[in-house]
Amino acid sequence: MSAPIAPFPQVDHQRAVFPDGLALDCGMTIAPLAVAYRTYGRLNAARSNAVLICHALTGDQYVAETHPLTGRAGWWENIVGPGRPLDTDRYFLICANVLGGCMGSTGPREEKTDAAGRGLGRPWGTDFPNVTIRDMVRAQKRLAEHLGIERLLGVVGGSMGGMQVLEWAATYPDAVFAAAPIATAAHHSAQNIAFHEVGRAAIHSDPDWRGGRYWEDGRVPAKGLSVARMVAHITYLSEQALTRKFGRRLRGAAALTFLEDVFEVESYLRYQGSTFVRRFDANSYLTITRAMDYFDLAAEHGGDLAAAFRGTKTRFFVSSFSSDWLFPTAESRALVRALNAAAANVSFVEIESDKGHDAFLLEEPDFHRALGGFLAGCADRLGV
Amino acid sequence: MPDDIRPTERRGAIRYVAKNMRLDLRLIAEMIPRGATVLDIGCGDGALLAHLTAEKGADARGIEIDMAQATQAVAAGLAVIQGDADHDLAFYPDGAFDYVVLSRTLQAVERPREVLRQMLRIGRHAIVSFPNFGHWLLRWQLVSTGRMPMTETWHREWYETPNIHPCTIRDFFDLCALDGYVVERWLAVDDRGLKAPWTRSPWLANLFGEQALFLLRRG
Repeated sequence: MSAPIAPFPQVDHQRAVFPDGLALDCGMTIAPLAVAYRTYGRLNAARSNAVLICHALTGDQYVAETHPLTGRAGWWENIVGPGRPLDTDRYFLICANVLGGCMGSTGPREEKTDAAGRGLGRPWGTDFPNVTIRDMVRAQKRLAEHLGIERLLGVVGGSMGGMQVLEWAATYPDAVFAAAPIATAAHHSAQNIAFHEVGRAAIHSDPDWRGGRYWEDGRVPAKGLSVARMVAHITYLSEQALTRKFGRRLRGAAALTFLEDVFEVESYLRYQGSTFVRRFDANSYLTITRAMDYFDLAAEHGGDLAAAFRGTKTRFFVSSFSSDWLFPTAESRALVRALNAAAANVSFVEIESDKGHDAFLLEEPDFHRALGGFLAGCADRLGV
Repeated sequence: MPDDIRPTERRGAIRYVAKNMRLDLRLIAEMIPRGATVLDIGCGDGALLAHLTAEKGADARGIEIDMAQATQAVAAGLAVIQGDADHDLAFYPDGAFDYVVLSRTLQAVERPREVLRQMLRIGRHAIVSFPNFGHWLLRWQLVSTGRMPMTETWHREWYETPNIHPCTIRDFFDLCALDGYVVERWLAVDDRGLKAPWTRSPWLANLFGEQALFLLRRG
């Protein structure tokens, strides 16, 4: 962690480029717009079996294949595949790297452009405009149109992905037949914003961050970014999960010596931090955490969350996990009640799990059964 | 204990879950016209919802307090939320449904009168079934033993029964009159859900009917 880490290698991501760009909520237009994406399964002739997966804060489009940077399995391979809940034999699955991300979509790592879309020969860095969850969704809409899809059978995602799902349903209700916001909320809470701010402060305080211009001398603010990841990682786990995985065990010692003792939980967090900086851009982290903090779907609709969904024909599957304290069940229940108030068709289950927020990524058979059943029911109804 | 009602215990809460309610549900389904919008409160694994969707083209949704059953229903592709009659009805808009169903649950809710009021606010019709505490066997047991009756339907000790608001058929008629609900149809059934022949006399039904089924609308 102490050695300087070079910016991670360029990977040739699959991309759709839109020269006319995208008008952002902040008033700026960013051009060209690049959306990096991956697809799995086959689009049927009627183009009616497309399901968009929205990734979380530090996720990316490599949902169900080996990651080109880390060499690790896709982040949702337990859900996406033949015969799995997001069945690649039945659905055409799409996942796009979010606007502001660092896996090939337009973001702080990509070359800065001027108002005419001309490249300026250096990255955006902290000049990258503030984007919103709705901007991310608009970029995904462009990709869907580019792929010839007018209406998505489903939009599915957890955490920040769930925020995008809600924004999709609110912004493009006729383009979403089924929506599955998972382990998420209709706004980012004060506590969530507070944790994000700790992460951002860690990045800002790393001397290698250099006001966001760290690329100029080929460094990355690895210390700051890894601390941000360590803090965030705690929020993704439950107290029970930490206790079960690590307890008070020491690394390589049976008892405290009061010298160089390292608890296993410390060692684990350091490892999480150090691997993260090899695949994620610090300015992207700043941009995306801000987008999440800005998110407040009710505020976008006059303070009334139900108004965001009034008259919707979209079918909803809301799911939370009992030990998730980052996006607790109460947030999902508030969302369900707003959907009920809007007379929407909604299913809701809280999955019993001690794995915390991360549960949506892990092996949770009840969750997989419910999500798969919901989507299959919607597909049956559409004759997919 | 009848085979159609079994207690389940989950997270400390004791609750009755219908296992084999097909005849009972069929009577309810008969009251619901094709294409209706329906909310089934305490829908269990969604048997009635599945029937109404498949056979009657209904837009049928459910609320179930037991998470395992709610998950099972959602996994079957039904629009079910985990929730309960006492706390979740207030969030639905007025007149959202043609029919709101509450089967064999009224006696177990915290505030039955408020639940009924909510049902007839969000639904144009309410269908309510409940076990009749006025049945002759219960009366006889109370008189002859001086203790709380124990029958196939009322089979839990008084200190652990979830059925905290038992009522009789005549009590229910009184509540409907008090709150101005119109009883469009009613019938008494036996524990297997078969119709019993006392519909002309509430007095006799209250003595011999084990279960009651009411179709109500706002007055």
